[in-house]
Amino acid sequence: MGVNADYLGRTFPATEPYEVSRVKIADFADAIGDRNPLYTDAAAAKAAGYPDVIAPPTFPIVITMAASRAAIGDPGLGINYAMVVHGEQRFTYSRPLHAGDVVVAQSTISGIREVGSMTMVTTQTDIRTLGGELVCTGYGTLVERGSA
Amino acid sequence: MTKFADVTVGAELPPVSYPVNRLSLVKYCGASGDFNFIHWNERIARSVGLPNVIAHGMFTMAQAGRYVTDWAGDAGAMVEFGVRFSAMVVVPDDDAGASIEVSGTVEEKLDGNLVAVALTARSGDAKVLTRARAVVRLP
Repeated sequence: MGVNADYLGRTFPATEPYEVSRVKIADFADAIGDRNPLYTDAAAAKAAGYPDVIAPPTFPIVITMAASRAAIGDPGLGINYAMVVHGEQRFTYSRPLHAGDVVVAQSTISGIREVGSMTMVTTQTDIRTLGGELVCTGYGTLVERGSA
Repeated sequence: MTKFADVTVGAELPPVSYPVNRLSLVKYCGASGDFNFIHWNERIARSVGLPNVIAHGMFTMAQAGRYVTDWAGDAGAMVEFGVRFSAMVVVPDDDAGASIEVSGTVEEKLDGNLVAVALTARSGDAKVLTRARAVVRLP
């Protein structure tokens, strides 16, 4: 197989700071068809105890994908990106992201396993505020279908 | 808002059907930054062996997330959320598009007012998510 198992456990540099905005949250909520007012109405979000509008539970993928792409796309790992599908996704949250959060994401390759002709690569991506608070961790598994 | 005390293990949550059409996918491409051709270009989707354009797995996961947060009554209640993508949601280029039917069962009540919900998602005859589970914190 072409995937380099030496990459297991490797941590990649953190992304540039990402600022979560009201507009981006509203666009994302609209795209998934979710009309929850906590995503678009700052007054409603504050009334519910949040500092500003919050982001839907799958919004962090916008941030984790950029970081994990750098890991998965590392030529030394040897993944054929054209043959890749998204196999699994999981998030753990200490709180929802909200507008105004400025965060960085950092990926580690936390799993490489081969099942038949497929190779599965899992990246763990931590999203932290600039102050170091862990907000969310995403675990994404990409499956490279064997080309043999 | 759903209260922890009112939740019973084994209770089935009412199923909800969510529509998905080509416009949904174009919007999701833009909102997520995932512009993979297979989510909007039928010619390329077919050329790589797919039956048609398919939805982003994360779009389907988002519908399952919406199902849970609507049930919980607090969009910020999610503590943990995971899925396995087990089949494609094929989205034809017509007015109807496709639909994703989500249902759930209360699996466990945990310390700290946490409730685990087991989820299923189907599109047509296909089970599009497996091992789908969300944990929410309820008041």
